[in-house]
Amino acid sequence: MNDIVVNAKNLSLTFETNDGPVHALSGIDLTIKKGEFVSFIGPSGCGKTTFLRVLADLEQPTSGEVTINGVSPEQARKSRAYGFVFQAAGLYPWRTIGGNIRLPLEIMGYSKADQTQRVNRVLELVDLAGFEKKFPWQLSGGMQQRASIARALAFDADILLMDEPFGALDEIVRDHLNEQLLVLWAKTQKTIGFVTHSIPEAVYLSTKIVVMSPRPGRIIDIIDSPLPAERPLDIRDTPEFLAVAHRVREGLRAGNAYDD
Amino acid sequence: MSWFMRHALPILTVVIAIMVLWYAGAVGLNSKWAYDKAKRANVELSFSGLIADTLSQIKPKLPAPHQVVAEIWRTTALKNITSRRSLVFHGWITLSATVLGFFMGTGLGILLAVGIVHSRAMDMSVMPWVIASQTIPILAIAPMVIVVLNAVGVSGLLPKAVISMYLSFFPVVVGMVKGLRSPDHMQLDQMRTWNASKVQTLWLLRLPSSTPYLFTSLKIAMAAALVGAIVAELPINQNGGLGARMLVGSYYGQTIQIWSALIVAAVLAAVLVALIGVLQNITLKRMGMAR
Repeated sequence: MNDIVVNAKNLSLTFETNDGPVHALSGIDLTIKKGEFVSFIGPSGCGKTTFLRVLADLEQPTSGEVTINGVSPEQARKSRAYGFVFQAAGLYPWRTIGGNIRLPLEIMGYSKADQTQRVNRVLELVDLAGFEKKFPWQLSGGMQQRASIARALAFDADILLMDEPFGALDEIVRDHLNEQLLVLWAKTQKTIGFVTHSIPEAVYLSTKIVVMSPRPGRIIDIIDSPLPAERPLDIRDTPEFLAVAHRVREGLRAGNAYDD
Repeated sequence: MSWFMRHALPILTVVIAIMVLWYAGAVGLNSKWAYDKAKRANVELSFSGLIADTLSQIKPKLPAPHQVVAEIWRTTALKNITSRRSLVFHGWITLSATVLGFFMGTGLGILLAVGIVHSRAMDMSVMPWVIASQTIPILAIAPMVIVVLNAVGVSGLLPKAVISMYLSFFPVVVGMVKGLRSPDHMQLDQMRTWNASKVQTLWLLRLPSSTPYLFTSLKIAMAAALVGAIVAELPINQNGGLGARMLVGSYYGQTIQIWSALIVAAVLAAVLVALIGVLQNITLKRMGMAR
């Protein structure tokens, strides 16, 4: 058994629209190893979200191959191999925080006792212990997004796919959540695919940064981060960090990301 | 004082305006009869005499508000509720058909909406019939249904409830189709990532999301159900009910009786709709969906 989690070969996806075909993804080759934290960065329309959605079996590729844990995305989805965190927390207002986290567990048929134990564990993990009985509207936006991450962690998926999860939050909250996410990642050893359009966020979080560009959506550069695993927030002022950020920016420029 | 200005005053103004118009209408519409009577008796009718006469006729064209109120008081509070002259007795008969028909219509409406949302074939085939059903005047359908059901031995509450159901299922179908489709793409994708079945998506996401739409539909459905029950009581003289009361009133030109039955029906509808409103507020607040 090897440790390759995601393996995409020459993957393309074309949407047929009224204005003609849109090449959302074109010739994507990428492998993600177990335990990696991979960020996808690029301007809108570069296919970063589409790629994540292909991995999640929410979109079907037009050509090429992709496997998750050695099986097709559909089989991976059906065996609940991943948790998906969307841009909006998407908590149900009629359920408490605990009830929201329990939702996928109910769907998957976990026993009542197991549900309770898991809810407590993941609430602890995202630092929301004691909020189980609260309703979503009683929590701040950042806390809601943490609850939605907890929900994605509650069942035993070893892959976490996150589609701009902090995109709607202000920068201060975002910094805090980035820090917490790294702690969480270290604790749980999950493989994480993370879509963002923030260069500092991508560099700070990732072990691997995938720089993408639009029309057609393709990979420009794949950067293996030289930063250490231990990352305090002020690592962002070090020359190593700035060098990586610079390389990301160069990649984006090469892909004409700054043209409009 | 400000509470009075903000809430009571607008309502009071409208009520007073209606009363003024109503009394003026009563005087106007009933004056011909008063003049004819005076002419036959060969007396000159003074203005105060005209007012007094037009507002106290036994079978006026338009009864005055106080006559209707007096009639309602006489036939509710002052009558034994088991009496056939009691509006409570008749109101109860209509109410039971209304409520039964309302529940049947709501059930049918929700079932149809669930089918329409989940099956393209049903969406294409059932929806046009649902809409067509409402274009047929209920006054044309009701007598047929009542008579046919009577002929096969089904009488009393059920045929009336069927008419109520016929009118009340429509707003529920339309509202629930919209409500069941109200979850956005992200919420449906989320269910898909959990590999949730259609039934689970229905129970855990679609039905709870549709609650605000359901209550709005239920208010319309309840009012329609009452209209249905009353119309269903018109075609053949049945064992009481507000509709039957109106029918009898119209046979004998008892306009005051017709109007009092009408007013009681309107109050009944208002109370039923208000009850649903209260239920709506409590439910949506508890579900965190209050506006």
